[in-house]
Amino acid sequence: MWQDAPLFPESASTISDSVDQLYAFLVVVSLFFAFGIATVVVFFAVRYRRRQGVIPARIHGSVQLEVVWSLIPLGLSLVMFFWGAKLYFATLDPPPGAMDVYVTGKQWMWKVQHPTGQREINSLHVPVNRPVRLTMTSEDVIHDFYVPAFRTKRDVVPGRYTIAWFEATKVGEYHLFCAEYCGTKHSEMIGSITVMEQHDYERWLTGVAAGETPQEAGARLFESMRCNTCHSGQDGARGPTLTGAFGKPVQLRDGRVVPFDEDYTRESILNPGAAVVAGFDSIMPTYEGQLSEDQLMQLLAYVKSLGAEGGDQ
Amino acid sequence: MSAQATSAAEPQRNYLNADYGIKSWLLTTDHKRIGLMYLLTMTLFFFLGGAFAVAIRLELATPHGDLVESETYNKLFTMHGVIMIFFFLIPSIPAVLGNFLLPLMLGARDLAFPRLNLLTWYLFTIGGVFTLYAVVSGGVDTGWTFYTPYSSTYANTHVIATALGVFITGFSSILTGLNFIVTTHKMRAPGLTWFRLPLFVWAHYATSLIQILGTPVLATAILLVGIERLFGVGIFDPKLGGDPVLFQHLFWFYSHPAVYIMILPSMGVISELISTFARKRVFGYSFIAMSSLAIAILGFFVWGHHMFVSGQSVYAGVVFSLLSMLVAVPSAVKVFNWTATLYKGSIQFSTPMIYALGFLGLFTIGGLTGLFLATLAVDVHVHDTYFVVAHFHYIMVGGALMAYLGGLHFWWPKITGRMYPEFLGKISAVIIFLGFNLTFFPQFLLGYLGMPRRYHVYPDEFQVLNVLSSAGASILGLGYLIPMAYLVWSLKYGKRAPSNPWRASGLEWTTPSPPATFNFDRTPVVTTEAYHYSEELGAPRTGTDVREVEIV
Ligand code: HEC
Ligand SMILES: [Cu+2]
Ligand SMILES: [Cu+2]
Repeated sequence: MWQDAPLFPESASTISDSVDQLYAFLVVVSLFFAFGIATVVVFFAVRYRRRQGVIPARIHGSVQLEVVWSLIPLGLSLVMFFWGAKLYFATLDPPPGAMDVYVTGKQWMWKVQHPTGQREINSLHVPVNRPVRLTMTSEDVIHDFYVPAFRTKRDVVPGRYTIAWFEATKVGEYHLFCAEYCGTKHSEMIGSITVMEQHDYERWLTGVAAGETPQEAGARLFESMRCNTCHSGQDGARGPTLTGAFGKPVQLRDGRVVPFDEDYTRESILNPGAAVVAGFDSIMPTYEGQLSEDQLMQLLAYVKSLGAEGGDQ
Repeated sequence: MSAQATSAAEPQRNYLNADYGIKSWLLTTDHKRIGLMYLLTMTLFFFLGGAFAVAIRLELATPHGDLVESETYNKLFTMHGVIMIFFFLIPSIPAVLGNFLLPLMLGARDLAFPRLNLLTWYLFTIGGVFTLYAVVSGGVDTGWTFYTPYSSTYANTHVIATALGVFITGFSSILTGLNFIVTTHKMRAPGLTWFRLPLFVWAHYATSLIQILGTPVLATAILLVGIERLFGVGIFDPKLGGDPVLFQHLFWFYSHPAVYIMILPSMGVISELISTFARKRVFGYSFIAMSSLAIAILGFFVWGHHMFVSGQSVYAGVVFSLLSMLVAVPSAVKVFNWTATLYKGSIQFSTPMIYALGFLGLFTIGGLTGLFLATLAVDVHVHDTYFVVAHFHYIMVGGALMAYLGGLHFWWPKITGRMYPEFLGKISAVIIFLGFNLTFFPQFLLGYLGMPRRYHVYPDEFQVLNVLSSAGASILGLGYLIPMAYLVWSLKYGKRAPSNPWRASGLEWTTPSPPATFNFDRTPVVTTEAYHYSEELGAPRTGTDVREVEIV
């Protein structure tokens, strides 16, 4: 709805119009107060400019006025808060059925991998009207995945996964920026998001060498790193079964219950002693330093796919 | 006997001519001389930081990064930020005007700890030297925010020297705050109760609390970066087992309140200016005083609004958003009260008042756009874009710097004993106001359009707004040079200032211009509230208006 206004960036996602509306509300409130105050100040300044023989009034204040002009900004700012928080929560989690894309930031490029295995650098092709869920991490410093046309921004932090998502509503090509200062070529850590019709996207996929999908690669790693010796899924195995586990709460030995999510998976592999599953010994070796960020992502994709398997049963 | 009698005759001796020679300055414990030494050092830093800004705006006039290399550009904005924030804005009003005025406003002969006060100047200068060393030996490129793990592991510029500079200067800030607090508690003249204090003093009191409570956390954060960088101890870098976001918590725990260290003193200045030039008591005195404290306290609980997209818990984000909204209220209350002070006043448009009115406009815009950043869903889009750059320049340059310049003009006669040229003063205040808006308003638009900050090269479609901004910056730069020139000129050629050229009501105006070394011959006794103007009481006008002061 704001697309044609020159002061708004392109609006190309399911949330961008809602963000623009809230922004427009804030602009209107701000203009009202800025012009209101300016008008009053100018009026007073002219009306009460110094003149010979005019004695300034002896006014010390008014508690009623103070209350009124404390409550009005309070009320308005609470409206902004609730509206902002509501929209934030409504847009926090991706809708179900999102396509899983893995993103790795690195000085100074974006590496992405499609669920079907295609890899891209500094560009991302996505189908229109389909939610895309980004699982992101960094190989070095903090970066930030920012697509102004989608009003989407999320820091990409080394040592953990952050999640972002968007659903593009308009075919086209959009800027991808790194928004967190990350060193010399920060401003060149940019790329493009190409939004295509579903069939164009499929055609595009077939044109790019796919190689293994992340979860296939993960399954292979799961064997070659000998994870399967303990996580065989059979009764009496030395490690807990991972089938059906992802996404569910985990009971830990120290009494805590934590969600089995991306970061938990990562920590379990790199620092298994930090959260030990109830009923198991802390015998899992750490894989710190033995796996690249790519391989970790692949294992994660595999563990996730096992989780989905269990869910279906 | 009234105080006018003591101030009527030009004194033979004052704090400036009491002694000559470099030693009499470098070893002085006179708060007024120390204030002047701060003024000199800080002006140097201001022009250095300004020179970096000029280079930045020149570079951004074209989208392709053709003036300097990326590396250089990153150093430019880092040095600009570090110098302007830690070596200019944070100390500016407290260390120059606060130092000079606090004892005078309290009717005291000096601060509570005069030698400690001198020490703060040395700490400040030594910190500055470290930072200058970093500049000349090749610069630093982490951004003034020093985000880890870039600063602690990846950057190969002079992070340690810069960080050490900031660390040392931090102690100067802590000790100044301590000195101000003790002085305000212990050195008030007889009869000068808390609610008779000028609002300038209230503002500085609140600022000092933040300086004491917040700065140690910054010092800790910087120290930890240094430890990780030098010894490879894993604190922030996940590769060493650290947590990069922890640094952001520590950093903003100080650096958000630091915004209030920059803006609260300027609010104190504005209260003085507006009441003097409207010749009225500040409307809602106690609400303004208390809102300073409210800001100082609430300011400590909003740091997380810098981290809405960092992956901190969403519930933390919601709480920080709410608290940030609340901080807006006391600021709004102040603006309304200043506006109401003008009502039925007798308003004179001298240079300081033009700065004060300019402040009102720019601070209002800065404050309102702060609400955008506190609103979660909007912040996600504008975080780390030029919108944020514009917002904090409106607060810190449009607010703090305008107030600093207004205050400097206002008290210039008291500080130097000379008047500045009024016409040039007005002209340059207007130029600064216009230049400022042309520089920074386009940046709001750029930000919402999606231009990230700290970008050396940028897509072509952002060029028009960037050119506007650069054009504004050249006007703004000129605007700053004019006062610089005529203030220096006035030291020798300016008209001699009477003791109270503005017929203002503060105790400082009961002393001669410039004051004697120990300020007051005899301790004044205060019998009235602050901002007590004779016209208000219907009394006939006298040559000078002073608070009713009895000399014991
Ligand atoms: C020596 C046996 C062993 C090997 C090899 C092993 N693990 Fe584990 N793993 C365990 C045990 C035991 C636990 C439960 C105790 C704990 O959390 O440390 C566990 C826990 C986990 C968990 C958390 C499971 C839950 O239900 O909370 C994950 C995920 C995991 N391992 C993944 C892996 C991956 C991936 C590999 C291969 C790279 C691997 N493990 C190799 C023994 C092993
Ligand atoms: Cu970057
Ligand atoms: Cu802040």
